[in-house]
Amino acid sequence: MRWKPIRFVPDGTKLPFMRWSRFGFFLSGILCALSIWLFATQGLNYGIDFKGGTVVTIRTPAPADIDGLRSQLGALGLGDVEIQEYGSPNDVLIRLEAQAGGEEAERAAVAKVKETLGTTVEYRSVEVVGPKVSGELTEEAILAVVVSIFGVLAYLWFRFEWQFALGGVISLLHDTLLSIGLFSLIGLEFNLTIIAAILTIIGYSLNDTVVIFDRIREFLRKYKAMPLASLLDFSLNSVLPRTLLTSVCTLISLFSLYIFGGEVIRGFTFAMIWGVFVGTYSSIFVAAPVLILLGTKRDWTTDSASRQAADARP
Amino acid sequence: MHFSRWKTIAIFVVVALAALFSLPNVLTPDQQRALAPYGIRPMTLGLDLQGGVNVLLEVDRKDMTAQLQQQLASDVRSVLRDAKIGYGGIQRVGTGVTVKITKPEDFERAKTSLSGLLQPLQGNLLTGGATVNLYALTEEQGSFTFAVRDDGLNTRIGSAIRQSLTIFAKRINGLGTTEPVIQQQGTDRIVIQYPGLKDTKQLLDIISGTGKLSFQIVCEDQPTAANQNPPQDCVGYPNKDDFDRLLAEKKAANSAAAPTEDEIRKLPQMWVQTGTRATVDGADLTDAQPSFDQNNRPVVTFRFNQKGAVRFGKLTAENVNKPFAIVLDGVVQSAPVINEPILGGSGQISGNFTVEETGNLSIILRSGALPARFVVAEERTVGPSLGTESVKAGFIACMVGLVGVMIFMFIPYGFLGLVANIALLSNLLMLVALMSFFGFTLTLPGIAGILLTLGMAVDSNVLIYERIREEWKNGRSAMSAIDVGFKSALGTVLDANITTLIAAVVLFGIGSGPIRGFAVTLAIGIFTTMFTAFTLTRLVVALWVHYRRPKEINL
Repeated sequence: MRWKPIRFVPDGTKLPFMRWSRFGFFLSGILCALSIWLFATQGLNYGIDFKGGTVVTIRTPAPADIDGLRSQLGALGLGDVEIQEYGSPNDVLIRLEAQAGGEEAERAAVAKVKETLGTTVEYRSVEVVGPKVSGELTEEAILAVVVSIFGVLAYLWFRFEWQFALGGVISLLHDTLLSIGLFSLIGLEFNLTIIAAILTIIGYSLNDTVVIFDRIREFLRKYKAMPLASLLDFSLNSVLPRTLLTSVCTLISLFSLYIFGGEVIRGFTFAMIWGVFVGTYSSIFVAAPVLILLGTKRDWTTDSASRQAADARP
Repeated sequence: MHFSRWKTIAIFVVVALAALFSLPNVLTPDQQRALAPYGIRPMTLGLDLQGGVNVLLEVDRKDMTAQLQQQLASDVRSVLRDAKIGYGGIQRVGTGVTVKITKPEDFERAKTSLSGLLQPLQGNLLTGGATVNLYALTEEQGSFTFAVRDDGLNTRIGSAIRQSLTIFAKRINGLGTTEPVIQQQGTDRIVIQYPGLKDTKQLLDIISGTGKLSFQIVCEDQPTAANQNPPQDCVGYPNKDDFDRLLAEKKAANSAAAPTEDEIRKLPQMWVQTGTRATVDGADLTDAQPSFDQNNRPVVTFRFNQKGAVRFGKLTAENVNKPFAIVLDGVVQSAPVINEPILGGSGQISGNFTVEETGNLSIILRSGALPARFVVAEERTVGPSLGTESVKAGFIACMVGLVGVMIFMFIPYGFLGLVANIALLSNLLMLVALMSFFGFTLTLPGIAGILLTLGMAVDSNVLIYERIREEWKNGRSAMSAIDVGFKSALGTVLDANITTLIAAVVLFGIGSGPIRGFAVTLAIGIFTTMFTAFTLTRLVVALWVHYRRPKEINL
């Protein structure tokens, strides 16, 4: 018996992406504005990496009495104590705000929490971040995002034209902005691993964008007379099977991690799943249409002969 | 699409080696030990998967400056006194001290003597190897001012860090058999990673004590109220019981109004002489052990080396029947009366100790005193059970993800989908093998990196297959479509992967522990993906074309 391959995307799709992209621009504009507004009003739920403070996760022998713990630990006078269920009814996450007395006070606070909870609970993890380190981590995180955006800008400029580079970076900013908007909305704890997720989103979104740009450049050389909008539509349709299949495969792995990977990594995985959706959307509806807005040179024959030879396209 | 014989063999050898080197990760510990001598070992697990403590210590700059200032004040005093130069009081100003010389004719002589206190320090990389003075000396209208120089202080901190690394290593080795990581981080920090520790308290107790021990004769005058200034040649220290009690009260209150540790220290309970003292640190001791005294109370017994024994003997012989204070890290532990000269070179430190405290104190004393005080800037502990669960969960997630992706590659591509799946499996093997062989650390985000690689690795196959399909639809023959398809898709594969590599490199540059683990797996995953796309997938397809000579492409 032979397996007859099943196509997820039918051949020769002629989806009018550029016509839709007007709506896409509009939608993206609104979502970006909304994200900025959410970030400004709600703000991110910064974790201890950036704010300093203590996070303790415990496992209790019986389902935990969250309210009881809240009043017990709240009475210790350690400032804001946040208590939530962590993955299962027996697992509890306790977050203490940064203590006024600096690093030593943080340690004392942990000791007090342990004293109160006693020895019947299992301490799964304890994290204490002092004020100085958290300040530095914030700086490093911002630096990382800025550096990688510039790195990408430089790479795309080198490989393509400046319009492409700008299109790529605009879609990156779009992805980053929408991610931050969503995290503000749902109050996902924003820590260093989320920054790592954002950088990965940047990498993924770019991967998608580059594949599309590659095809656009190829068609620009091949179909010199085709109007730009039709050419972009044609390019996007021709890589659509790949775009969808790769996104699906990446999502399968990420969802698998989200479901089976445990509570510790869930926020990180969530951020990346969102990033795959946004990144796929943005490379089609943001990065490519930007080329229409900016225009691109149509005569690619002057392009170095060596590069064409290397690409070896008929 | 032609592969020479040796190239074909080389590719299969690489895959076989990958399988061999990733093997230990699924073996039992005994089997792993048997293979270890051949360099075939499992991946190193990060602390988040293994369980353990990660502590970031930072030199307490303020404390160091304060110590230097105190030292400077007493040095200036003794230098001027030795040179018989009259001075009008020594004042502490900013980070330094100012001294006024009484007679103008002594000024030049004072300058010469005081210049001896500048403390030239051997430079390091930061200062370009040049010698740096710890202090700057300025003169103004008959007075001299010493100030701590920033570059001098940095050099001092640098050497303190280097010394502390060995001392921490000695102390932590006293804890158990696991191999800890003790490394300098940045200019003024030390990171300590200790896998498999359940309770961090002992570790923190052992590394946070400075371990400065001195024996000082108690002054005749003693304070009658708090906050009194000690007479000349005396200095005040709190005694252990009061200090511990006040510290505990402060911790219980835990409000901003409670006195800080420094303030508690300034409520001295006992004045001791600065002149007659024997400072002792690890260098002067040959041994220190926890023990019990005749009343069965926990004490630490110690033994001096030759030099220390002579000094200690002299001190005790000259001060028989006087109480002498045992001062540890600025706190009086106890103040027994010297009944007779102690000449044997051994002694004991009594105080209100618990057994645990004497154990830790012995470790601290044996390792010697830290040249600086450290504060815990960051502490992360993961319990061993959480780590084990994370490994299990990550493994299941990888398997489920792998199977899912394989199914989704088979559905649209059939046989070529199977080829892609072989490539995917080899990719995974190579990733694990490289991580194991080079001893890269696998962290929980690293597992996420592996899963992300799984998803993205098939991208190269998808790009190639789609291209082949297009070429075939455009009217090429099967053979030519495959040939052209590979050639033209590879450029795109390269471009797409390099962009992800940029993100991975940035992540590695900024990240700490776990995130670095993620960046490493991501980057290695990109390399193995490119390798399989350019070699293995092509080779298997080439072999298939060679033997089956397909007339059409079933994609």
